[in-house]
Amino acid sequence: MTQRARAVLESAKAPDARRAAREFVAQAGRDAAFQLEACVHCGQCADACHFHLVTGDPRLTPIYKLRPMLKAYEREAAPFASVKKALGFAPPEVTTEELHEWSELLYDSCNLCGRCTLACPMGIDIAGLVRLAREGMAAGGFAPSDLYKAAQRALDTGSPIGLRWPALKRQIELQEQETGLKVPIDAEGAEYLVVLTSIEIMGFPEAIGALARIFRQAGATWTIPSAGFEATNVGVQMGSREVAAELLSRIVDAAERLKVKTLISPECGHAYSALRWEGPNLIGRRYGFEVVQIAELLDRFVREGRLRLRGKDRRRLTFHDPCQLVRRGGITEAPRRLMDGVSANQVEMPASGAASFCCGGGGGVSAIHRAEGLRFAAFEIKKQQIEATGAEAVVTACGNCRNVLEEAIEHYGMTMPVLGLTELVAQYLDNDGR
Amino acid sequence: MTAVELLQFARGPALWASVAVLLAGSLWRILGIVRLGSRPDLSTPRSTRLFAGAMRGIFARMVPRVEFRLQKKLSFWNGYVYHLGLAVIVFGYLPHIQFVERLTGLAWPPLPDPVVYVCVGLTFVSLFIALMERLTDPVRRLLSGFDDYFSWAVVVLPLATGMIAIQQSDQLPLAIHLMSVELLFVWLPFGKLAHAFLVFASRGVTGAALARKGAPL
Repeated sequence: MTQRARAVLESAKAPDARRAAREFVAQAGRDAAFQLEACVHCGQCADACHFHLVTGDPRLTPIYKLRPMLKAYEREAAPFASVKKALGFAPPEVTTEELHEWSELLYDSCNLCGRCTLACPMGIDIAGLVRLAREGMAAGGFAPSDLYKAAQRALDTGSPIGLRWPALKRQIELQEQETGLKVPIDAEGAEYLVVLTSIEIMGFPEAIGALARIFRQAGATWTIPSAGFEATNVGVQMGSREVAAELLSRIVDAAERLKVKTLISPECGHAYSALRWEGPNLIGRRYGFEVVQIAELLDRFVREGRLRLRGKDRRRLTFHDPCQLVRRGGITEAPRRLMDGVSANQVEMPASGAASFCCGGGGGVSAIHRAEGLRFAAFEIKKQQIEATGAEAVVTACGNCRNVLEEAIEHYGMTMPVLGLTELVAQYLDNDGR
Repeated sequence: MTAVELLQFARGPALWASVAVLLAGSLWRILGIVRLGSRPDLSTPRSTRLFAGAMRGIFARMVPRVEFRLQKKLSFWNGYVYHLGLAVIVFGYLPHIQFVERLTGLAWPPLPDPVVYVCVGLTFVSLFIALMERLTDPVRRLLSGFDDYFSWAVVVLPLATGMIAIQQSDQLPLAIHLMSVELLFVWLPFGKLAHAFLVFASRGVTGAALARKGAPL
């Protein structure tokens, strides 16, 4: 598996349009083909995409981003492909120049947020198709170099930013000192296995302390693995199932080695997609454990009475919906119920929930340096929505969203903290008698 | 060939040939996609009510979510006008019902002629608005190709020839009208007009997939 993953990274050294086209065709199975063929070119997806809305660039129309994949499919695999080829009506082969141009469309200007999917009157899952198209781009060597480099680091060190176990161990020790609670490492037979993202570990390590306090009050056993602790899956973001499967298998190995019942997906939207929905398909088998997102677990603990909350945050708070958890992941109610439990003054952004706008950094965009300007531009819509609420702080349930929101808020000279939902819940735990 | 002979041809061999192409082409297109196959999804579903999800996908997308409805673009509402208009003309006009009855024995009560004539006018205007928007809107112009414009023409032709045929008792306009419909039948399976049946698969697939995740539709 590792060799296959590394072979994908080699493709970046010699981009090959034909290799990309073969992968586009391989990805166009029955369900994808029904959707590729159903487009009526109405352009309504353009009005759902923040990248198009802020730039007005018609090339950023979501369905247009799929054009190379559609061309390859129509040329090689569509129902009338052979007839069209014989008559000279088949689309031309995709070219290297074309795919270099589309790298910007399929990566820099797509968060895989799925707002276009929600808007398409033909029911085309455009975001899902972009995810498949990225497989072709990555296999052909046309993914952004930043993502290949992040994948290389993840394969080499376990983390896309090169973070290794000693760094996490140090952060855990600091949180143990802070909270006075022991964080179990590699505890076999624990109920819950917690994995983390590099962003949380380095940017928001207090999340670890928050988890320690939460699990203590819930009376649940938990552990963090010293190997396979990184939840970020750059393979899913760049579109390489080989890389994604290799990274994911490290977590699955840890869960099976430690014989846990439940794997906790941390505050990260794409990690949840990778662990919960793509994972078993990537490794080709069902898990022997359950995958639960941390917000779902907290909500479950609160409803079972295992977590008791006391007091509420009095500030005017607004919740940013992480796309991969809410719109794409089906976790729609748990974050709102938790917010209701800890916030006395919550105000919703316009079109919040299922149709909310992305922070602009999802789908690997935050890791693509050349996309930074576009990402900040796309944030303009979110900025207006946040300002419309008059909120004093933004709460979210995704470390990447949180990081991207913090950067953009700073970029626009706004002054507003961005809080993690888990930490907020931990802050309002009723610790009487504990 | 006289007008009578042309009408006989349009009502006979041309009609059956075009219907055969319509059915065979549609079947070929559907089976050509189905044969691509799909891998089983090994993730644990949040909901197993996939058929209900597919049905919800098919019907719920007839009306957009409120967040996207607020865009109030002309093209957005225009789509409803020509789709509903065409449905009224095809299924509500007495001569069309009689035509279907002759072929299949099936019949249903028609709409009053004035209602259908108003629909013809509205649909005609609506289809021209659709074309203008496709030509002038940067997004739709970029997305559009031969298929889009030819399909538009193939839909407008029966409408235009039908309007002429209504006003004249000659058999030539009727023969031309029939043949324009037959052109539509022949083209439908091969171009974007196939969305008439592909829409159910596309919406159904997405509806089932989102239901599986418990995600909003």
